This record gives sequence, structure tokens and C-alpha cells, in this order.
Amino acid sequence: MRRWILRRLLTLVPVLLGVTFLSFLLLYVVPGDPVQAVAGERYDEAVLAELREELHLDDPLLLRYGRFLAGLVRGDLGVSYVSREPVSEAIAATFPNTLRLALASMLVAVVLGVGLGTAAAARPGSWLDRIAMVLASAGISVPVFWLGMVLIFLFSVKLHWLPPSGYGEGSLRHLVLPAITLGTASAALIARMTRASLLEVLGQDYIRTARAKGLHPVRVLIVHGLRNALLPVVTVVGNDFGSYLSGSVLTEMIFAWPGLGRYTLEAVARRDLPALQGAILVMALAFVLVNLLVDLSYAWIDPRTRREGEVS
Amino acid sequence: MAGWKRHGGFLAGAVLVTLFVLVALLGPWLGLADPLAADPDLALRAPGGEHLLGTDAVGRDLAARIVSGARLSLLVGLLSRLVALALGTAAGLLAGYVGGWLDTVVMRLADMTLAFPALLLLIAIVAAFGPSLLTLFLALGLLGWAPVARVLRSQVLALRKQDYVEAARAIGCSRRRILIRHLLPACGSTLLVLFSMGMAGAIIAEGSLSFLGLGAQPPQPSWGTLIRDGFGYLRSAPWLTLIPGLCMALAVLGFNLLGDGLRDLLDPNRSGGDYAGGL
Repeated sequence: MRRWILRRLLTLVPVLLGVTFLSFLLLYVVPGDPVQAVAGERYDEAVLAELREELHLDDPLLLRYGRFLAGLVRGDLGVSYVSREPVSEAIAATFPNTLRLALASMLVAVVLGVGLGTAAAARPGSWLDRIAMVLASAGISVPVFWLGMVLIFLFSVKLHWLPPSGYGEGSLRHLVLPAITLGTASAALIARMTRASLLEVLGQDYIRTARAKGLHPVRVLIVHGLRNALLPVVTVVGNDFGSYLSGSVLTEMIFAWPGLGRYTLEAVARRDLPALQGAILVMALAFVLVNLLVDLSYAWIDPRTRREGEVS
Repeated sequence: MAGWKRHGGFLAGAVLVTLFVLVALLGPWLGLADPLAADPDLALRAPGGEHLLGTDAVGRDLAARIVSGARLSLLVGLLSRLVALALGTAAGLLAGYVGGWLDTVVMRLADMTLAFPALLLLIAIVAAFGPSLLTLFLALGLLGWAPVARVLRSQVLALRKQDYVEAARAIGCSRRRILIRHLLPACGSTLLVLFSMGMAGAIIAEGSLSFLGLGAQPPQPSWGTLIRDGFGYLRSAPWLTLIPGLCMALAVLGFNLLGDGLRDLLDPNRSGGDYAGGL
């Protein structure tokens, strides 16, 4: 097992090299002069040339990529064109906020999703099942940015229960609305997956055995059913959590949440290439690591996948 | 397609989608005001009265702007789907039927496309090539091929073992003929489902990008820009955000329900699972 994890970690290296090089290529080949975005109104040719020199913008592409890699191994992601501060510091400041929102959203998604899905699968065809599935369809279809606004309108503007935006020095009250906004779509997907998967499991022989030997129905549902139905759910959780970690741009925008997504969007708007490059790298890294964790949890949940070991 | 009359989700989806398409197609002939005509004297009127859904901050008719946004959504959806389905179908059929290194390359490319958070990739592409509708079609289409290719590949893998495909090969049909005349038609219902689900994803993606200012550019109304412009008036004129968003959610819900329904009806044997990928 340990060797398998180590091998997986080693395969991350070429993947990340590929991601950094591709994003490097895309960002540096595109038209537009970042220097003008940095200099803003100061359109003095001499100043621009000086800046270009300072930022090494006239060097060949490969040399710049090499310099980027050399910095990377030392944990140096370069200096932002705009703020002139190290990109790694900005990312270290924003990523924890994104992580916090991601964890809270996943909690909302799993509790709501697994709960609704299990309730629906326990009585398929019942009114509870129907309501749960209508809710799930709606949850998948609602645009996340609009959902955020509706929640702000209801709970901040009308009811004055919760603050409409901001980080609030990490207060729980500021976290509630963003977490529900971001978690809803995943909750809906998880509810559908849980229901489908649980219905399949509940048709198996060992469930009939468990029922026949007189176990309590709830015990059969949760212990025998749910545990074995969770595998596809874990995939959804992993996928969505990975994308949450790359900064939920829309949710962070609406709630003025100081996270990685907003940082990235600002970097795009200002053509701040080092910032963008660093952010993309961190996102890719988070995404691949979460996928690794998902594969590990397969082995933990379903011992049958352990023997093959090399689940892709 | 037996039993479609009793499939509630399918019926609801069909009704919503029909409504959306009709409104979008008939937009200019619905007798609404000019979506771009501003009249500061009529700014921020509540729904009801002469302006059915009220007016925005510069007095433009909200109903007319929503209809105009629907036309844009339909256009972006259809064109980006065309690109995505064409690319994805070609890649999926070839990867599944030819196999070998081609299969490996195509599937790794699909993995890479899917591994990246879709919205961020879209933002990067739009940032690189400048926000325009053409960028939007191409970006959505180019990102949308991967889920299509994956689903079709797995279907072709199952189909190629079927007797009729073996028979076609035995009597000497060319590879191209088998792909186009025998395998492609067999994937028709899957393509229909993917199309419907993909429309839902494209509408959301267009709205999200326009919301961020990276899609439709003013003065062209889009559902995303309407919602963003209304956000600043959430206290004084909440209808400016709530109504366009509701329209968007209903259109997306329609395509999702239609896709789910079609999948249930066209392929009753498969249980659970989703045709992965929103875009």
C-alpha cells in the first residue's frame, strides 16, 4: 500500500510539469502586453521598457519557463506584476479561506445529499421520494450565482438573519450562506447517486438475508445498505471537492469571500501572469491530491478493490 | 419511447423546453418593447402595468431584455453543442472502434480536459482571446467534447462485439462505412440525451461567464448580465435579479428533465448513474 501511494505521488510530477508548461505557454503566447496593464496610465516608453527589463519579459520563452521551475523548487512562485508581492504569500493568505469554504460546503452537500437520497431510497415511489427527487433536479439546475443572490435576498435583506457578504474574521455566521450556495448542486447530485446506488444494493441477496434474520429495517438500511452504496457517492464528493478547492469563483465573487477563486479572477482581469500561473499550479495540485485521496478511500470502503491495488 | 405520456419528468421538461424555444424564436414578434431603448423617466418600475416585468435602472423593459437573453442562450447553446457533439462523436467512435494507441491518446486528452475545473479553464480561454461570442462558442464547444467522447467510446466498445457489426465486417465493409452507417446510428439516442444535458450545461456556462463580464458584452442583454446588473439593486428592485434568474433556472431545469426523461425512456435497461459532465 505504501509503495502504491509513493508511486502515485511520483506520477504527479509529470502531470504537474505538463500543467505548468501548458498554462505557461497559453498565458505567455496570447496577445496583449502585460506591461501596459501593470503600468496603467504611465504610458512613457522608457518606463515601459524598464519594466519589461525588470520583469524579464524580453527573454526567450524556455528561459523564462526554466527560471519559473528553478523558483518553484525553492517554493518561489515569482512576484505579482500588480502588487509586487510574492505570489506564494498571496496564495498562502487566500487558500485557507477557500479550504474553509470548501469543507463547509462539502459538509452541507454530504449531510443533505446522503440524507435525502437515503430517505428517498427507503421508500421508492413514495411522496417523500418524489419530493426529494424534484428538489434534486431543481438543485442541479439552479445557477449557483443566482442561488446565492436569492439566499442573500431572503436571509439578509428580508429576514436580517445572516450577513450578506464578507469573511467576518472567520465567524460562523458569515460562512452559512456561501456554504449552502456552493454545496447545493453537489447535494443534489449526491442525493441522486445515493438513491440510485442504494436501490441497487437493496436488491442484493445479502440484504434479504439480513432482513430475513430479523434485523431492524433501519439497521439493514444504514449498516448493510448505505455502507455498500457509498462508493459512487465518494466519486462525486471527490470530484466536487477538487473543484471547490480550485476556488469557487462565482460564490466567492457574490459573497466577497477572500479566496483563491477571487484572486484568480482578479489576476485574469489585470493580466497578472505570475499570479495566474501560481494559482493554476496550486489548483492543479489540489485537484490531483484530492483524486489520490478518493482512490485511497475506495480501498478503505470496498476491500475488493484493495487486491488489484492499482485502481486508476 | 413507450410510456412517455406517464413520465412526469419528461413531460415537464418537454413543456419547459418548448416554451423556452418558442419564446426565443418568436422573440421579435411578441410585441415587446425594444430591449435596448432606455428611458430614464421610467427607471426601476416594479412589475405590472405597461412594462409587464418592470424596468431596469435606465428604464429598459425587463421582459424584452429577458426574451433577448433567451435568444442568446439558445444560440450559444446550439452552436457550442454542434462543436462539442461533432468533435466528441468523432473522437469517441474512433477511440472505441479503432482502439490501440489512438484510444489511449484520445482518452488521456479527455482526462486532461475534464481534470481541469471547467469554469476556470473557460475564464482562462476567454481572458486569453478576449471576450466575444465567438470565443464563447468555441471555448464551450472545445471543452464539451470530452464527456461526449467518453460516453460514446464506452458504447462503441459494447457495440463492436454485436453480431451485426461482426457481420458487416465479415462481408467486407470498410472501416469508415461501419463507423458511419452501423455504429453512428446506434448511438443516436445517446447523442440525443447528451445534447439535452449539454444544452443545460451550456446555458449555465454562458450565464456564468456573462455574469463575470467575460461573455456577452453590453449592450447585448444576456441572462448572466441581467442578473449581475440587478445585483446592485437587490434591496430596492429585487425583481431585476429574481426574474431573469428564475427564467434561467427553469430553462436549465427543462433541458435536464428532458435529458433524464429521454434516457429513461430510450434506454430502460440502464439503472442509475449519470451521463457525467455538465458542459
